[in-house]
Amino acid sequence: MNGSAQRIYALVLRHIHIWRSSVMRLVDSIYWPAVQMVMWGFMTQYLLPQASFVAQAAGVLLSGLLLWEVVVRGNLSLSIAFLEEMWSRNLGHLFVSPIRSWEMATGIIIAALLRTLLGLIPVSLMAWAFFGYSIYSLGLPLIAFFAILQMFSWSIGLAMSGMIMRVGQSAESFAWAAVFILMPVSGVYYPVSVLPHWLQVISWGLPPAYIFEGMRAILAEKTVHWDMLAIAFGLSVVYLVVGFQIFQWFFRLSRRAGTLLGQGE
Amino acid sequence: MADAASINVRHLRKVYGDVVAVDDLTFAVPRGAVLGLLGGNGAGKTTTIAMLLGLLEPTAGEIEVLGVDIRRRRYAALPRMNFSSPYVDLPHRLTVRQNLAFYGRLYGVKDLKGRIAEIAEHMQVAPFLDRPTGKLSAGQKTRVALAKGLINRPEVLLLDEPTASLDPDTADWVRSYLKAYQNESGATILLASHNMGEVERLCDDVILLQAGRVFERGSPRELIERFGREDMEEVFLDMARGRGRGLESLKKGEAVQ
Repeated sequence: MNGSAQRIYALVLRHIHIWRSSVMRLVDSIYWPAVQMVMWGFMTQYLLPQASFVAQAAGVLLSGLLLWEVVVRGNLSLSIAFLEEMWSRNLGHLFVSPIRSWEMATGIIIAALLRTLLGLIPVSLMAWAFFGYSIYSLGLPLIAFFAILQMFSWSIGLAMSGMIMRVGQSAESFAWAAVFILMPVSGVYYPVSVLPHWLQVISWGLPPAYIFEGMRAILAEKTVHWDMLAIAFGLSVVYLVVGFQIFQWFFRLSRRAGTLLGQGE
Repeated sequence: MADAASINVRHLRKVYGDVVAVDDLTFAVPRGAVLGLLGGNGAGKTTTIAMLLGLLEPTAGEIEVLGVDIRRRRYAALPRMNFSSPYVDLPHRLTVRQNLAFYGRLYGVKDLKGRIAEIAEHMQVAPFLDRPTGKLSAGQKTRVALAKGLINRPEVLLLDEPTASLDPDTADWVRSYLKAYQNESGATILLASHNMGEVERLCDDVILLQAGRVFERGSPRELIERFGREDMEEVFLDMARGRGRGLESLKKGEAVQ
């Protein structure tokens, strides 16, 4: 294993050790998506005989929910992976070690991905067990949906982590909330076309809008819009690069301001 | 002691808004020497160490460690350096072994298992290797922090109050260990401490810092003679309370570079 791979492996392993020492830290990854899933599952059952929109594509609400949770959990998992270093007042040791910021970002991204999967796979199985709906019925495009939404959520998580590094833990609550501001314009439960024109412009600048439109197309029309997927993928790559640059920028500001030594609980 | 300097600092300056934390600091530490940085709270010791590690961006000046320009290429030097401070924690939930393995991997330590066993034995942390670091006593944590600082056999070791929280017996043992490590490995050590006995015992050279500037510099013996005092404790008190020859020099603008 070369130096970079070893350092990334060390960081991922460190997070696995933390989860094993405190399983409760993983519970919230399952708890909130599970509560949401149950609520939207019953909502679907209630709407099924009344709304043709739901009747045409019975899984549309639960799919929207589960895919939106991919964004929320991705962002939270990444932010928490970074915050673990701050909570343990470990940033000083970490940043004077040979680990580079891109290695650190990669390590926490892998840890965040594992955490997201640990949370969402059980919830997707619960949706199948309780409501007879399997998100896996979306087929292969589901993998693309998941990958694109994860990349987008990491970009937000990296930008938020950078801000917390610079501003301190007072910015923590903003990290939790940041992703929700995008929900109304992401077309999670309704088509982008219902938004006013100026909001549609914003919406089409975000990868989730293409994903949720694509999801509805598969469920209602059994059609995969590969062009939309390609645009969403391209946008996600751009957002991820920008997110990492913001993280780097905040890192440089923190080095100038001297906030890396004294962060912690 | 070899001729080449391990640490070279020239005209280092750090300003936070209106506050000058370090002002025109210039010094060199020869390879294999132990330099003590002394000064009261806010004198600029931790700021200087943070800049040497690349954790803090200087406002001006140059820093070279092991021949590497830290401001531009710090990653070339960091694997050969390390740092220990009881004031920067290690992850609490990880066991001592997991923490040492984590940092060992970050520093690319070969035969990590063997090195952990060796350093744990040396630092007398072997009996609690599998206990969570957060559940250790303050003294035990300090020893674990030192073990982390030595995990990669650093050529340059920066220590911020390495014996804080240790009982006198253990602190004495740690000083002996550090001295032996330095003799055996030829490592360069920069030590910030408030313990004057420790400074007298470990340091070849001492820089007295006041308000971010070099106030006096010399070996402990030279400083004691220059201040006309019995020990470094009295020298430190002279500086802190504005007495002694050193202060007169400073008032005349003759701060030592």
